[in-house]
Amino acid sequence: MKKPPVPLLQNGVRADGRAPDQMREVKISVGVVSNADGSAMVSYGTTTAVAAVYGPREMHPRHLSLPDRGVMRVRYHMAPFSTKDERKSPTPSRREIEISKVLREALEPAIVLEQYPRSRIDVFVEILQADGSTRVASLTAASLALADAGIYMRDLVIGVSVGLVDGTVVLDLNGLEDQYGEGDLPVGYMPNLKRFTLLQLDGAWTREAFLQALNLAVRGAEYVYQIARDALKTKYMSIAEEIYGR
Amino acid sequence: MYFVTPRQLIFPGDVIATTDSKVEGPVYVDNGRYRSLVVGLVEFREDGVVVVPLEGTYKPKKGDVVVGYVTDVLATGWEIDVRSFMPAYLPVSEALHRHVDLETTPLTTFLNVGDVVIAKVKDVDLTDEYPIILTLKEERVGKVESGTVVEITPVKVPRLIGKRGSMLNTLMEVGCDIIVGQNGRVWIRCRDTRDEVFLATLVRKIEAESHVMGLTDRIRAEVEKYKTQRQQGAV
Repeated sequence: MKKPPVPLLQNGVRADGRAPDQMREVKISVGVVSNADGSAMVSYGTTTAVAAVYGPREMHPRHLSLPDRGVMRVRYHMAPFSTKDERKSPTPSRREIEISKVLREALEPAIVLEQYPRSRIDVFVEILQADGSTRVASLTAASLALADAGIYMRDLVIGVSVGLVDGTVVLDLNGLEDQYGEGDLPVGYMPNLKRFTLLQLDGAWTREAFLQALNLAVRGAEYVYQIARDALKTKYMSIAEEIYGR
Repeated sequence: MYFVTPRQLIFPGDVIATTDSKVEGPVYVDNGRYRSLVVGLVEFREDGVVVVPLEGTYKPKKGDVVVGYVTDVLATGWEIDVRSFMPAYLPVSEALHRHVDLETTPLTTFLNVGDVVIAKVKDVDLTDEYPIILTLKEERVGKVESGTVVEITPVKVPRLIGKRGSMLNTLMEVGCDIIVGQNGRVWIRCRDTRDEVFLATLVRKIEAESHVMGLTDRIRAEVEKYKTQRQQGAV
């Protein structure tokens, strides 16, 4: 394994100064793309994802539509300027196509697609800045955008990542830890229903570390969920303030 | 038993009540609890609570009055955009009261692409090629010849109409024809186009502030103000 340029963990402090169980600063805003039916922007530190939802609308070509339920299509894409080093080719890579599928499968359990027969729901996620944990930031953004579009959902899906760095379980991996850490575990979690919709894992984990990581992921997701609720609330309450604030 | 308070903002997955309570609107049951499917507001009525969504698309129901745009002329009818997830279909038999020979009369003599129609939803059948069938054989429906159409979010339509039509009656005081399509398109026709502009702004305002308390009073005040201004301007 390659050696990281800086130590990832020293005396319980991570390279960016965080504690192992600490998220980066989470910033969420809802309704950022006015053209879309619903949209959201989510930042986990320097990782920023924008999601826009269009639909439900008519499916073209028609043979792709399903008679008893709607079809959701997800496109995850990284902007060419999103990475730190080499410009990222704008062509969808193998990885982006895979993450698109993973995101769709993580969102589908939450969405009542039976309500939208013969139609489609398009979800576009664009990564503006990539610094680790992009798929989970995308997941949070996509679920908020779907809620903003008024699509029937059983719960919001919150994405957080957990990783293994120098044998310690850490929350919300940054790019460095993602690259040089020993393992990562992206999780999609529905905080109200207490159910998981996404669970991926790589690296070598002990059973104890895995269970510890899962608990940490739940705590992280609940923290992000509160910020997500506040963001949705802000969108509707800002109008009220405009009237009564004067 | 209810877990919510009146006019509380709720989010997807939030618990609303136990299943022995009466809850209407976009909700689902999970583990003996009603939970919300949308971002919405909780309204308490005499016979239970209703979840009012704050965003959403139009879901056609039989009997709805809708404002639609003709998007295509087909062999025996028209394709109409009603802002639903599927285009609606208006067959010739539902548009005209007399028999027409389709071999000699082109359908474009009655309705052409771009025309606006106010129609009633005759039937919704998801197994049909066109699931939404419209009809013009009802009262107060037909082709629109003049006026303005304003678009709002379909979920705000009940607010625009108000309790027993209170909000709509306030708007009617300006002295215009107003038809609110359930699909969120509002048709306004006045003798003076300035009145149309004024009403269009009010409709937009109702859409933006629909969840803020005291809206009906604010709108009534604006209508009164406008009416006085108009009177003075005319003198």
